[in-house]
Amino acid sequence: MNSKFDPKENYLLTQQQIGYKARKEATQADYDRIGFMSGLEVHQQLLTDKKLFCNCPAGRFHEHDDYDAELVRHMRPTLSELGEYDGTALMEFRTRKEIIYRVKHATTCTYEVDDTPPFPINKQALEEAIEISLLSKLNIVGEVHITRKQYLDGSIPTGFQRTAIIGVEGEIELKNKKVRLIQLSIEEDSCREISDIGHVRTYKTDRLGMPLIETVTYPEFVNPDEVKEGCDYIRFLNRSTGKVRTGMGAGRQDVNVSCRGGSRVEIKGVAHTRWIPELSHNEAFRQWALLNIRTELLQRVKEPNLWKIEHMACGADDFKNNPNFVGIFDNNHKVITVRLPHFYKILSHFVQPGKTFANEISERLKVIACLDQPNMTHSEDINPILSLEEMESIFKKLKAHKDDAFVLFDAPEADVKTALETIEERCKMAFVGVPEETRKSFPDGTTIFERVLPGADRMYPDTDSAPIPISNEYIETLRQRIPNDIIDRMRQMRTWKVAEDTYTYIFSKNLYPLLLKLVEMGVKPSFAGHFLGHQLKFIEGHYQSKDGFEFDKIAHLFEFMIQQKIDFALAKEMLIEWYQHPKMDLESVLNTLKFKSRKREDIIQQIDFLRDKYRKIGRKQGQTFEHHWIMSQLRGMALGNMNLSELSELIKKENK
Amino acid sequence: MEDLFQGYKGASLELLKKYSVRVWGQAIVDTTRGTFKGTILPRSVNDDDQHIVMKIATGYNVGIDVSTITGMEETGYKKANYAIPEKQFPITKGLPSVKLIGTGGTIASRLDYRTGAVIPAFSPGELYGAVPELADICNLETEKVFAVFSENMGPDQYMALAKAIGKEIERGVEGIVIGHGTDTLHHTAAALTFMVQNSPIPIVLVGSQRSSDRPSSDAALNLMHAMKTAGHSDIAEVMVCMFGPTSDEFGLLHKGTRVRKMHSSYRSTFRTIGDVPLARVNRNEIIPIHQNYNRRRKDTKVEIRPFFEKKVGMLYYWPGMQPDALDSFIDNGYKGVIIVGTGLGHVNKDLYPAIRRAKEKGVMLFMTLQTIWGYVHMFVYDTGRDLMQMGIIPLGNMLPEVAWVKLGWVMGQTQDPQEVKEMMLKPINDEITEREPYNGYLVYQGGVPEVEDFIKKVHK
Repeated sequence: MNSKFDPKENYLLTQQQIGYKARKEATQADYDRIGFMSGLEVHQQLLTDKKLFCNCPAGRFHEHDDYDAELVRHMRPTLSELGEYDGTALMEFRTRKEIIYRVKHATTCTYEVDDTPPFPINKQALEEAIEISLLSKLNIVGEVHITRKQYLDGSIPTGFQRTAIIGVEGEIELKNKKVRLIQLSIEEDSCREISDIGHVRTYKTDRLGMPLIETVTYPEFVNPDEVKEGCDYIRFLNRSTGKVRTGMGAGRQDVNVSCRGGSRVEIKGVAHTRWIPELSHNEAFRQWALLNIRTELLQRVKEPNLWKIEHMACGADDFKNNPNFVGIFDNNHKVITVRLPHFYKILSHFVQPGKTFANEISERLKVIACLDQPNMTHSEDINPILSLEEMESIFKKLKAHKDDAFVLFDAPEADVKTALETIEERCKMAFVGVPEETRKSFPDGTTIFERVLPGADRMYPDTDSAPIPISNEYIETLRQRIPNDIIDRMRQMRTWKVAEDTYTYIFSKNLYPLLLKLVEMGVKPSFAGHFLGHQLKFIEGHYQSKDGFEFDKIAHLFEFMIQQKIDFALAKEMLIEWYQHPKMDLESVLNTLKFKSRKREDIIQQIDFLRDKYRKIGRKQGQTFEHHWIMSQLRGMALGNMNLSELSELIKKENK
Repeated sequence: MEDLFQGYKGASLELLKKYSVRVWGQAIVDTTRGTFKGTILPRSVNDDDQHIVMKIATGYNVGIDVSTITGMEETGYKKANYAIPEKQFPITKGLPSVKLIGTGGTIASRLDYRTGAVIPAFSPGELYGAVPELADICNLETEKVFAVFSENMGPDQYMALAKAIGKEIERGVEGIVIGHGTDTLHHTAAALTFMVQNSPIPIVLVGSQRSSDRPSSDAALNLMHAMKTAGHSDIAEVMVCMFGPTSDEFGLLHKGTRVRKMHSSYRSTFRTIGDVPLARVNRNEIIPIHQNYNRRRKDTKVEIRPFFEKKVGMLYYWPGMQPDALDSFIDNGYKGVIIVGTGLGHVNKDLYPAIRRAKEKGVMLFMTLQTIWGYVHMFVYDTGRDLMQMGIIPLGNMLPEVAWVKLGWVMGQTQDPQEVKEMMLKPINDEITEREPYNGYLVYQGGVPEVEDFIKKVHK
């Protein structure tokens, strides 16, 4: 062991070595250099009254400890037809998890907990899924076949998700390119996790079984911003039908990322599209870093197949002066040190901002061996909890060489074997490159290991459901209903000179139909766009609406103003009132605003009078001051009765 | 000759032939809805002839409407061959020898992932591959007596099963497990109780409510519980071993004559009626609930009585029932009928002429209850007394299905009315009990605060 070694320095050095750049500084050339590649799986809950395969209500949620009953299941891996266990299956089995489901009578029946076979598929959901498939230009299947997709983490009590393909091979059109879609499927949503501690994982079943669609793209995005653009597009498209759920958790995406020479890694459950760029950027560089580790290791170790760990149990005496170890030997816990031959400078190798290769091991110990974090320290810990003497003593006892490293972990005796296997397994993978896995995302743009990526062999037909034919006539009926393309809408808005910074809000709230309506009523498109994309957004963000304000009411507002010949400049003030009290009629809104209808001439008439007045009483004389004062005197009177810029012009003009 | 177009017929078959595309062929299919690529799968014979099934690259299956197909091309062919991996079942010295007798059903089957067809997993090697924990419980041998779905089990199968069990006991196995579909598991359990008497070893019937191809199946745990019971318990009776709660927590051992399937799909569907179960079982131990049961013996003696008269029937009474319902049994040569009556054991007056006719023709009638729980009490009301006077014999708290099985078994041995009556009323193994314990009837009602409190605290 080299006592002068500084892990922090090594972290920064390796970060530099692989050419890591912060996202803000990275250019397309950087992404081309590492071969950035990404695809999306966009999940969207459909707006239905009931769940997909039973008659429980959809969209009702409960707090963690609000439940009526609990039940317990264990998931067993089932062999594939080739006699192999799926990698994920094996991993989940090794974790020996007890799964507890918290059930609430109001939202869960015997179907969700797998004590009753499925009821026929929810027609409303199927219809919505077909409409969105048509919008996504997918080839609609002739017959929908319900398939079971295995999930052994317990997130679905059956151990599989019922899912079905609605269409294949479609495309979406982004600003500068087209991106192909692989497929769109309809599926039942999974449970929400409450906790995962040690060998017990707890879920609640309120969300379980709600209808969801998943749109899958080909991996054709070449930089992080493009991934976000694509994701936004798909979400806007889904929302344009007005038949999907919105709000927290209603839309989630899995982002698949790889770099050149890397592997497909799936970042699961990204709740906000704005997180996508940072996450996919970091993942591509994480893979790039892992490939650098591989190169380094292969130089040191000629026969990686023979590489193995050695371990040793420690006693309380070994750490008697270390406060971090107080109480750790109680409850049958073992403290084990593991020698990792030739891993010097690898454990502190950069993999993600703030994370080193050692994190890759620690995360797997948590998930596979069920060791809650913090579960380990090591010879290259940036924040060491071992003293230099303790480290040296461990090295000595492990008979370690100069270019070795060690890991120290504590675990209940029953979990030690799995923990050792897990450490060896992850280290051996470092010789191969990037393990295929699913990762959980964090708002700071980093990810942690979630599970081994499941194989394609986990799909099989659902013997409980009959295939559902989709006739040409049915498809044509649905085609009549679908809105036009988002890209066409964007083009239209550009022609109308609607400011681009309003698009996201307008599409994410599905306000285009409203915009169109306002334009048809004679509202100037750029004003209407500004009104919806900026002013409405501001109002929604700053005011509370007790009874829930439906955006479609805005059309009535403009209709009313046109009828009453009220200038649109008053629209914002009126909406602020109406938004907060949607049950009010518009006359009362005007009363609240103390609005009085006045003739244009009556207002203009006042200009001369006010000018004379100002010249007598004004403290600062001069045209600008005068102009401002007159305007301020007339504004309240004029607002809604005449165009304010016109009034302003008149004040100036009259002055000449 | 191998079937190249498994399950296809009519229009879809014609199309496959026209373009020369086989099942298991990789194909590109052009349609008016776009192009589809994948492997052509066999089609379930009961499905229509208007669609072709394909597995696409992502593993999903889709159906293609034949009326939209404009062209097809087979670009490759790869037939899937599926077998369940066999691993040598280890023999461990000191563990009891258990015989698993298979009858079909979902307890020991696996799904063919591509087609959805059920592949039975049955040999010890296959079972070991699927549930390796079994090797820690016993040394296993298996034999498939027949492969039928539960609903097709009947008198012939009961008799064959009884004989097979007799042979195994004489051979000296230490426990028997019978894998069985769950629908009529309790009928078979009753039949075996009557046909296999004085067994020195446990005889355990087991099934599963969720097929073993799914990760949440109850099959593996049920098998472990059954093997544990067969190999290690001292209860030498015919028992049904299935989930206690719906949670993966423990199994219950029910006496073959007092057990009934009470829910179409719940895991905890089997319940002991009018009594408490024999015992609880988990992977480590058997915890008796009942103290009175036949104990395991070292000998290999057993009494096999494989008899059955098939001309016995069962009549579920409905209000306003007319005599023709019972007459049809009489006219069709039935020798005995179990009536499932209302309340304490009643039927309407309209039926009296047919009841009298039955007596004249020598057709024996017995009374059991639609209420499932409780005793027939025909002395309470006039109707009951009338019925008894006309020759209907009340069967105490014998379950209707058990009564039917027993009547078939009794009449397979004697048709003398007095002997039949005596045998029906003399319990072989608690099919009629002298008393119903207070906790023998517990159907809790949801919504009642204390019940809700209970299900919140105790895993269902």
